[in-house]
Amino acid sequence: MSRYFTEDHEWVDVDGDIGTVGISEYAQEQLGDIVFVDVPDEGKELTKGDEAAVVESVKAASDVYSPVSGTVIEANASLGDTPGLVNEDPEGDGWFYKLTLADPDELSELMDEIAYQAFVAKL
Amino acid sequence: MSDTDTPNADGDEIATETLPLDAWHRVHGGRMVEFAGYHMPVQYEGIMAEHLWVRESAGLFDVSHMGQLVFRAEGRVDVVAALEALLPADIAGLGEGKQRYSLLLAEDGGILDDLMVTRLPLVHPFAALAEEGVSEPTGWSPLDGDTPDIDSPQFYMVVNGATKIDDIAHLLEFLPDGIAINHLEDQALLALQGPKAVDAMARLVPGVADLVFMTAGAFDWNGVPLWISRSGYTGEDGFEISVPAEHVEALADALTAQDEVKPIGLGARDSLRLEAGLPLYGHDLDPATTPVQADLGFALSKRRREAGDFMGATRILAERAAGAETKRVGLLIEGRQPVREGAAVVDSAGGEVGRVTSGGFAPSVGAAIAMAYVPTALAAPGTTIQLSQRGKVHHATVTAMPFIPHRYVRAGGK
Repeated sequence: MSRYFTEDHEWVDVDGDIGTVGISEYAQEQLGDIVFVDVPDEGKELTKGDEAAVVESVKAASDVYSPVSGTVIEANASLGDTPGLVNEDPEGDGWFYKLTLADPDELSELMDEIAYQAFVAKL
Repeated sequence: MSDTDTPNADGDEIATETLPLDAWHRVHGGRMVEFAGYHMPVQYEGIMAEHLWVRESAGLFDVSHMGQLVFRAEGRVDVVAALEALLPADIAGLGEGKQRYSLLLAEDGGILDDLMVTRLPLVHPFAALAEEGVSEPTGWSPLDGDTPDIDSPQFYMVVNGATKIDDIAHLLEFLPDGIAINHLEDQALLALQGPKAVDAMARLVPGVADLVFMTAGAFDWNGVPLWISRSGYTGEDGFEISVPAEHVEALADALTAQDEVKPIGLGARDSLRLEAGLPLYGHDLDPATTPVQADLGFALSKRRREAGDFMGATRILAERAAGAETKRVGLLIEGRQPVREGAAVVDSAGGEVGRVTSGGFAPSVGAAIAMAYVPTALAAPGTTIQLSQRGKVHHATVTAMPFIPHRYVRAGGK
């Protein structure tokens, strides 16, 4: 399984043709206490860069853009009652949604973990 | 991912300035943002934890961006009458050391700022500053030839940071000659808020426990003159402390050295005041809103209403008699998603009939709350209304404010 990152601090784990999307540790740290997450409905067709989810911290609302194109097959139902999972485990239990990848070639435009860490270090 | 809201975007014309505690905030882990033209800490350990800490213990806020002004007569001018011409408060009836919430009003009745005004006793820490010329008025001078009338009452006023320069310009334009305004730019301002604030403050400054809500006095801390009021912006008991800038780091250290006290950022200051139902100037109040619309009728004293002799009185009194078309109300939002400033209040057809002016997740309520201006017909508590934010409809119920009961320590018992 490989993990890829965007410059907007989303990540996508790829296992076969299924991708799992969330936001990075750096992103949750910047947002602070997360109080609400609006995840996409199952079956929603997303194009890379689309506004896929909204994450609300105490101080602001932020859009989450889909790092890849595809069809949503599952949203993380746990976030409805416990949005704080995104703070506690942003790159694990705090995932947002899973989708079937429409175009695996899009992954080549994303950063791997090492490149992303180098990118964040410069922010 | 990107922010769709840009909070704290007030005042961006001039270079961002630093406050006396700037380095202290950074050492204590404050995440600095630009606010009202200054670098200020939005949070330290996190807004939610800081908010809850203030409600259960005590939090230290740096509010040195706010404007501290002292008014005094330079000649035979009546300071009381001069201030009453501009403010709807009963200044004449304000005793020494008594503090009152008031509003700076435009000629059309719009709110230019909200503020606290206190009658100073004859002996107060700011008198020496004025005599030493440490903080003579900036950009103008007292009138030549006149000496201070030491028997004249003097008043201390705290105004909002983002509006202080405009406030001073307005005051200079409309106050009569012979009133000197000292802008105390060398005084820092701290707020210590929370149910344990009195324990921490009284350990450093014995005697502050004798103050009650909306009273103030001069105190000494290790030879440093302090002006302390029992007031604040969180709905909790607490104090606001004016301290010479060169001593503010030492005082902040002494306060946070106590177990009850942690430093608190602007983020929690905003969520605390929202829960307390207290309006924020530039958001819930502005020159297009009047005290009647803003539901701040308590700031219009009875004597002043009857006399109708303050700036903006014509419109405000007419509106008070006839009823305002819109009113500021509290809203309890269904669901957890915050509905924030700028969201529309909509009717059943989707047409905009009002506007949310502040909103967010309320940590002590455990729900999303907001303040909004709605048509008066929709302003009664219990009324359900619809809001529209980024294309999504939210349901809300008009709720009496405060959302969390105030816990002020008032005269005549705890």
